[in-house]
Amino acid sequence: MSAAGGIEARFAGTLGAFTFDFALRAPPRGVTALYGPSGCGKTTLLRCIAGLNRVRDGHCHVNGEQWQEGARLFVPTHRRALGYVFQEASLFPHLSVKANLSFGAPPAGAGPALAIGWDEVVDLCGLAPLLERAPRDLSGGERQRVALGRALLSQPRLLLMDEPLSALDESAKADILPFFERLRDRLPLPALYVTHDMAEVERLADRLALINRGRVIAAGPLGQMQSDPALPLAAARGAAVTLEGTIAAVDESYGLTTVAVSGGAFVAPGRLGPVGARRRLRVLAGDVSLALAPPGPSSILNVLPARVLAIKTAAANELVVVLGLGADGAGNRILARVTRRSSERLGLSEGASVHAQVKGVALSRDSEV
Amino acid sequence: MTTGLLQPVELTIELATVATIALVIIATPLAWWLARSRAWWKEAIAAVVSLPIVLPPTVIGFYLLVVLGPHGPGGALAHLWGAQTLAFTFGGLVVGSVVYSLPFVVQPIRNAFAAIGDRPLEVAATLRASPSRAFFAVALPLASPGLLTGAVLGFAHTVGEFGVVLMIGGAIPGHTAVVSTTIFDYVETGEWGAANALAAGMVVFAFVVILAMITIEKRFAQGRP
Repeated sequence: MSAAGGIEARFAGTLGAFTFDFALRAPPRGVTALYGPSGCGKTTLLRCIAGLNRVRDGHCHVNGEQWQEGARLFVPTHRRALGYVFQEASLFPHLSVKANLSFGAPPAGAGPALAIGWDEVVDLCGLAPLLERAPRDLSGGERQRVALGRALLSQPRLLLMDEPLSALDESAKADILPFFERLRDRLPLPALYVTHDMAEVERLADRLALINRGRVIAAGPLGQMQSDPALPLAAARGAAVTLEGTIAAVDESYGLTTVAVSGGAFVAPGRLGPVGARRRLRVLAGDVSLALAPPGPSSILNVLPARVLAIKTAAANELVVVLGLGADGAGNRILARVTRRSSERLGLSEGASVHAQVKGVALSRDSEV
Repeated sequence: MTTGLLQPVELTIELATVATIALVIIATPLAWWLARSRAWWKEAIAAVVSLPIVLPPTVIGFYLLVVLGPHGPGGALAHLWGAQTLAFTFGGLVVGSVVYSLPFVVQPIRNAFAAIGDRPLEVAATLRASPSRAFFAVALPLASPGLLTGAVLGFAHTVGEFGVVLMIGGAIPGHTAVVSTTIFDYVETGEWGAANALAAGMVVFAFVVILAMITIEKRFAQGRP
């Protein structure tokens, strides 16, 4: 009934006083972040997809398999090929790390070789030193890595993660994020990642589904969602756009790396990897200023021709300008936050050609490839 | 005199062992259902199970006599192997002990299952564990301190009962006379020395049981992450 791959889900119903009507589609690859304020129903949506919550008016197709078709068909959770990482690691306290990991893994020697092998998971999640330990002797970050490895070893075809980092302190979060990034880069597994932290979205997600009050209000590729003037993200304080690019050149003498994106290129300090490697850049709206003519000599490394695609009021006297990179404005989009006075002085309007000066470009992930 | 003392002790241990095995087998699924079910009438079942806590043993003993006696279902059952009644038999004692001790076994097991919460079972389901595997591989091991507590309480409570075994068993020496009823008989016949030997043994037994319970509770508390 559904397209061959990906996730197609629709759930409508009531849980207590909470009413929801979710509709979500996601491609067969990549991480889709379910992002929204707490209490918006992100976790409910994830639990419905997993079959942990059951609503009569629910439809769920994953990778061509029917998991729920209204009240007519409901596949129980233990017959769904999914991996679920809960907010608290929820390891089985009576089992060692090793036994926790193998709990959901198919028995050795049964059937064909595993798509996600033991050694690969142990390596990916850095579990080798933990195997013989008991869950109560692990730190919060270690527990969550074991929970992730345990979910992977059950050979899921869809990975569901419910704020897996939110119970961790900042340093534990920073330690564990690279594991999630490696996972995203190495496994061809669609994943839904629930979070209310934009920093996690920017590092991990390929796509973004915005959730509010029991509805998916918009969904699409991350950069597109961040720069969509119709959505609240662009006008938010600290708004940023995440760009996927390729390393085009490395200037060894100055220690600078050029990352090419659609419609332009950014120069960032540091040797960020070999030429050809994919990198993810983050450009803050507040770091972008606009000029009508190419500016004179400046310490700013990045000045890119662009076109104004849209202008939106962000605050009382502040505007957010959506820019398309390149002289024709057809490349990647970024945001610039400007004051109303600047906008009027420059006479900004949709379609205007400008030069975007970007004060800083941050690498939003530095995983090895 | 030694053999006279030994016989009721042996019978008591035998009765308590058989009753405890039966109690755990009956109480575990019942406790699981009471802990997990959302049926509105489950507390009514819980109340029925708990009746022996409140009722005088004579009431329980009386109804057990009715049920197990020659004109009750127990008697009909006994006819199958040519007997007249289940009352005043070892089997009748086991039935009476199970009914009387059931609430003391169900309650700690139910509490242990309830304390596990939904999460470990949800995790098991997301790891492809069928409901039965989730029960045996996750719920039972996590609730094992509660099961142990229930078994110890069931054993001790069976050893300590008096009224029900007297009414349903009749304290027939070698058949249904357990320690508690034998002490009563010794006192009745003025054999204070023998009564004292058995009574002192019961005091030591009770002390050991309570100490064991506290130790289990402590280990349970420490075992939690």
